[in-house]
Amino acid sequence: MTRVGRSFPRGLAPLAVLAGLFLLAPLAGLLARVPWADLLERLASDAVLDALVLSLQSSLAAALLVVVLGLPLAAWLASGRSSLRAVVRVLVTLPMVLPPVVGGVALLLAFGRSGLVGEPLARLFGVQFTFAFAGVVVAATYVALPFFVLTAESGLRGLDARLPTVAATLGASPWRVFTRVTLPAVAPALGAGLVLAWARALGEFGATITFAGNLEGATRTMPLAVHTALESDPEAAIVLSLLMVAVSAGLLFALRRRWFVGATTR
Amino acid sequence: MSVVAKVCGLRAACALALVATLAAACGDARPGDATTRVLASASLTRAFGELVAAYEAAHPGASLELHTAGTPRLVLQLREGAPAAVLATADRASAQRVVESGRALGAPTVFATNRLAVIARDASVADLADLARDDLVVLLCGPEVPAGRYARAALAAAGVAVRSASDEPSVSAVVAKVRLGEADAGVVYTTDAAAVAGELHGFAIEGEAAPRIEYPLLLLDGAEGDPHAAGFADFVRSAAGAAILEAHGFSAVGASGRGDDA
Repeated sequence: MTRVGRSFPRGLAPLAVLAGLFLLAPLAGLLARVPWADLLERLASDAVLDALVLSLQSSLAAALLVVVLGLPLAAWLASGRSSLRAVVRVLVTLPMVLPPVVGGVALLLAFGRSGLVGEPLARLFGVQFTFAFAGVVVAATYVALPFFVLTAESGLRGLDARLPTVAATLGASPWRVFTRVTLPAVAPALGAGLVLAWARALGEFGATITFAGNLEGATRTMPLAVHTALESDPEAAIVLSLLMVAVSAGLLFALRRRWFVGATTR
Repeated sequence: MSVVAKVCGLRAACALALVATLAAACGDARPGDATTRVLASASLTRAFGELVAAYEAAHPGASLELHTAGTPRLVLQLREGAPAAVLATADRASAQRVVESGRALGAPTVFATNRLAVIARDASVADLADLARDDLVVLLCGPEVPAGRYARAALAAAGVAVRSASDEPSVSAVVAKVRLGEADAGVVYTTDAAAVAGELHGFAIEGEAAPRIEYPLLLLDGAEGDPHAAGFADFVRSAAGAAILEAHGFSAVGASGRGDDA
């Protein structure tokens, strides 16, 4: 399968191997310390199952929100060049580079009980985010949104501009062009962005514990459960970490065709 | 030709930089360097910051490095081999676990005590029993953190059933969320309550329900051959050290105090 233009200079091999080993070492460290004897018993505990269910529910809800809110934003960002778009793009990227705990504090100040938006929401509709499942979803959506928007925008920008133009010339409405031509053409990029955003939501910790709190069965997702267990029972933390690695790796593997666009043989 | 030379030069520079970085990283981890590493419970952050500065000012040549984190995190770091010379924890059980891990030199000695306090946004929270009110969002630390364990013990002893809105990871997180208005009240240490006295209401938990909160100090294997480790431990228990601890709301326990029953 070696193609011209994709050759690999031998001299890079040692560093490539080093990078692989570097990424493998933490996993090996984790695996070396797993208490295999009572692994199943520990995995079947209520606390672990609660955390796993919460993590899957909140990350999937966040992934849904990310698409619903992120796709229109990505489409607008990709639809032209202006300084306003440049500013918005910085805004979109910010949650990606901010330490999640900073995001958590900012979310508290905005959506908290006495926050800028949270206070009227609580007063008018009785909606509450802090210490509630809704807060977990908001925190995960906030940190995951940039991954989808930026990937989707880059896919939309890479689209052959003649396709929508031809469709429009043939009389299709802008909405029809978008849904029938543009979206199917960039589906791989949307899929990749969705997987990245979902993975980020699943691993979210800092903003969640700061904004949504840490209560078993309500807001304690897998990463928070690992953090909490680490303080009292490191073995339990190792078991939870193993479960997180298994779930994340399993889903990434299952979705690999979407994520590594063009990297798999079809 | 010049391109080749440039690339070669670049490669050599990169290799050198890599080697230098690795060497520096290894050098940092080498035990027996001139730095005395002090690990202290998060609740001691302000007091120990001042103690370390005072010790360094009085001992030119001493270089102390203070690391603060939740006590359980410190115990975990030590268990995994983190190099350190002095450890101060927020409970005896944690210090005992470090002793059992074989990294302690000698027994822990208690150098300070602390008390629990309730902080609240509203003056109507005036008694421990008020924390059971339905209209309040109350925060406690999780039971895995010493402050959370103490708070739960105190509430149980007083017969007050409190539903914590969240098992917060640290006392500082509880303080922050009450200050921000996300929670109405929380149980913290008096040392933390003192720092926000002008802003929040609060009272110390006294009497039968009050747990005995003791801070033990421990010399670790990193103290071997380092006079400043024992020197700093003595300073913490000295009159000057006691004055700093008291200024931060702790009750100091001198070297002759009841710290030897560990």
